[in-house]
Amino acid sequence: MKKYIDTGKKDTRSGFGEGLLRAGKADSRVVALTADLKGSLKMDAFAAEFPERFIQCGIAEANMVGAAAGLAIAGKVPFIGSFAEFVTGRVYDQLRQEVSYGRTNVKIASSHAGITLGEDGATHQTMEDIALMRALPEMVVVNPCDYNQTLQATLAAARYEGPVYLRFGRPSVPNFTDPEQPFEIGKAYVMNEGRDATVFCCGHLVWEALQAAEALEAEGISVEVVNVATIKPLDEETIVASVRKTGKAIVAEEHNMAGGLGEAIAALLARKQPAPLCFMNGGDRFGETGTPAALMALYGLDAAHIVEKVKAIL
Amino acid sequence: MAKENLQQIASQVRRDIVRMVTSAGSGHPGGSLSATDILTALYFEVMEHNPATWSRDGKGQDMFILSAGHLAPVYYSVLSRAGYFPTSELGTLRKMGSRLQGHPSIRRSLPGVTQTSGSLGQGLSVAAGLALAKKMDGDKHRVYVLCGDGECEEGQIWEGAQFATHHSLGNLIGITDWNGQQIDGSVDSVCGGGDFQLKWQAFGWNTVTADGHDMEAIVTAFAKAAEMGKKTNRPTMILFKTDMGHGVDFMAGTHKWHGKAPSEEQCAAALAQLEETLGDY
Repeated sequence: MKKYIDTGKKDTRSGFGEGLLRAGKADSRVVALTADLKGSLKMDAFAAEFPERFIQCGIAEANMVGAAAGLAIAGKVPFIGSFAEFVTGRVYDQLRQEVSYGRTNVKIASSHAGITLGEDGATHQTMEDIALMRALPEMVVVNPCDYNQTLQATLAAARYEGPVYLRFGRPSVPNFTDPEQPFEIGKAYVMNEGRDATVFCCGHLVWEALQAAEALEAEGISVEVVNVATIKPLDEETIVASVRKTGKAIVAEEHNMAGGLGEAIAALLARKQPAPLCFMNGGDRFGETGTPAALMALYGLDAAHIVEKVKAIL
Repeated sequence: MAKENLQQIASQVRRDIVRMVTSAGSGHPGGSLSATDILTALYFEVMEHNPATWSRDGKGQDMFILSAGHLAPVYYSVLSRAGYFPTSELGTLRKMGSRLQGHPSIRRSLPGVTQTSGSLGQGLSVAAGLALAKKMDGDKHRVYVLCGDGECEEGQIWEGAQFATHHSLGNLIGITDWNGQQIDGSVDSVCGGGDFQLKWQAFGWNTVTADGHDMEAIVTAFAKAAEMGKKTNRPTMILFKTDMGHGVDFMAGTHKWHGKAPSEEQCAAALAQLEETLGDY
């Protein structure tokens, strides 16, 4: 199978920070807003380079969304950054009215998504954000897999005309994709071709799926790994073609079942390519305090569990 | 424009509001009638704007955001009378396929509408973003935003208030249609804690109070607000004392006409009190 090398663990939010800085250099319309989380969102470099284009909003997310909509109407390209829970669930109506229905060119930079936020516990660990953002008409939902891809996805979001939800995380995770590969919104990336089953995944679970595929290859099982980095709109062609070939699929994500990638793919396959499916996600529950690694193991969201699931579905 | 001319326009706008809401069979006449004089003065005397060159980004013009989106009838009438779209369209309010949605929407490309509104408490933040953009771009024009006093029960209003002060938005002028009424009753009886004017001052805003049904006082208040904003580099709130339902005796001063359409008979009784000055649509 195709070999991927981890060039050293890096946090995806730093990929966003570097992408934001580059986007700011490429386009003077780019502005950044945060609700007292400049450091956590890795906006420091952008703020230092473009102090007049960095807008501190204080701990007031609802106003941040409205102000960003105003800036966008006036021709700016605003990125609003906070923790995933606070830029989705907390401000769902503001995003619906001012960004989605109001059709403003606002980019939602959503960090610390999922249980890998870790020790802060369930108040901060949203496992529902993808569902909320998928529900908004025309919203683009992107969850890149590593530092390099997050950087490229940030640049793609800045170039795209319209609202984008860009999801990334807190901890350092393997960095293995081509740093020069431009990100295409709406494209699912076939990371490894296989015959026996497809693993659809997003975020840092792509690395886990690749590790699982490598382990299974040693046992003579050929697994296709597809990085569904854009969750909405789905790359229907790539997903359907993969399942037409392998006949079976697993969907792994750091999100709850309701409204996540699993349901999105299930709805697509039910219409176009019915096949046995297995879901690996948070189910229907809240997280808890713990290290990111311990929580992923508790949730069964790692390479070892993917290996088990693939064997079970074959 | 002479005070008399503004009053004539306002009378026609009030007729439009009553006829539009009656024809739609639903809508919000009360607040529309209380904000009529303010919006008439704003669009026909105060703002630097041009319907012929208007675009959503508002570059090179003053801008207006209607935060209290349920005042759509007065907004549509004033926009139309100011030349943004044909008055013949006013009769389509709230009807299927109309550009005049129940609450203002940018989805139908209705000229003059800068942002969708209706979910209360959000327009001040949008206006602050617009004002900040104008400041960044060196555009000397102002941004006006109209809120209801009941609307100021929304917490986001106060997030927007502190943001506008923090970012020194002297080019932002807030307008409160201070009619003291909301759907469930008087503001005082529903949730009216504290001194409304002092709240704005405590958030660092300049405040101006004026009679919102006296054209001369309205125009003077806008001029004063612009001057204060320029001088202090701080946002300014104009608190216009108004009556809900103003201009129609049986609608005035009560919350009961906040969101109710008149019957045909009531419509006729209302129109008998309002002079037709520019010709009905």
